[in-house]
Amino acid sequence: MTVPSPGPPSPVPVLALGDILLVTLPGELHDATAEQLQQDITERIARSGATGVVIDISGVDIVDSYLGRVLAEIARTAALLAARTVLAGMRPAVAITLVELGLTLTGLTTALDVDRAMRLLSDPVVERPEAVDRTEGSP
Amino acid sequence: MMEVLPRRPAPIALPIGSDADLARVRQHVRLVATELGFGLVQQTKLVTAASELARNTLVHGGGGQAEITPLEEGHRTGLRLSFVDQGPGIRDVALAMTDGYSTGGGLGLGLSGAERLVHEFAIETGPGRGTTVTAVAWVTGVPAPRSGAGPRRPGAR
Repeated sequence: MTVPSPGPPSPVPVLALGDILLVTLPGELHDATAEQLQQDITERIARSGATGVVIDISGVDIVDSYLGRVLAEIARTAALLAARTVLAGMRPAVAITLVELGLTLTGLTTALDVDRAMRLLSDPVVERPEAVDRTEGSP
Repeated sequence: MMEVLPRRPAPIALPIGSDADLARVRQHVRLVATELGFGLVQQTKLVTAASELARNTLVHGGGGQAEITPLEEGHRTGLRLSFVDQGPGIRDVALAMTDGYSTGGGLGLGLSGAERLVHEFAIETGPGRGTTVTAVAWVTGVPAPRSGAGPRRPGAR
């Protein structure tokens, strides 16, 4: 097992794919980096007019209440700037832990992976997360 | 000289003074929990609990240290995590343990949430006496660490 040394935090890159911003979180995220990311995403949405944000957390080992709060705030801020946020690729162990922790992140739209998240955001009709969940299951 | 058992990592104390230290504590707890044979979900719970408690030490206690101690009791293996600070202490522990109660601007899930993620949980504190929070988890289930059976080990990624 390789343990990367914490070192100085480097910013998380925000990629633009058409109208969608894609952010891939690293396995270990410092608090300051998470907060910086929140600002970066918000500014990028305002500047580019992105309509969606996909946050890939498939590489994230743990989500504690701090990171959970930052993710929820990113989604709420993006919503104020007319962009939808989808959290993609949460690991099963992270989901189990979050529920036990008491952090259910209600209101955050999720997808099993980045591919599904992109498709979800490219659908212009769907607005309500509940409706999305149902269409997701059918081929 | 005492023989060092390969599967029994030594106790270690890590400083908590910055958010980089929180990352170091998380990584170390993950490493030790893996070596002790905790399954993936239990590891994730332990590291998450450690992250919550270490952040409390930093934010409320003004910094301190984390003590990571492997335990062996008969046939069971466990891990004890202690978070020690010399801060102002907690005046009302019952209130601090309430879901949603926060003085640090967080979600108020740190203490109560961490307690749910481990098997044993204790707080020693009082006004002006600092705070020590101790959490213990035991390896549950049968899969042995190097058997190759059971869930995929996270170190393999």
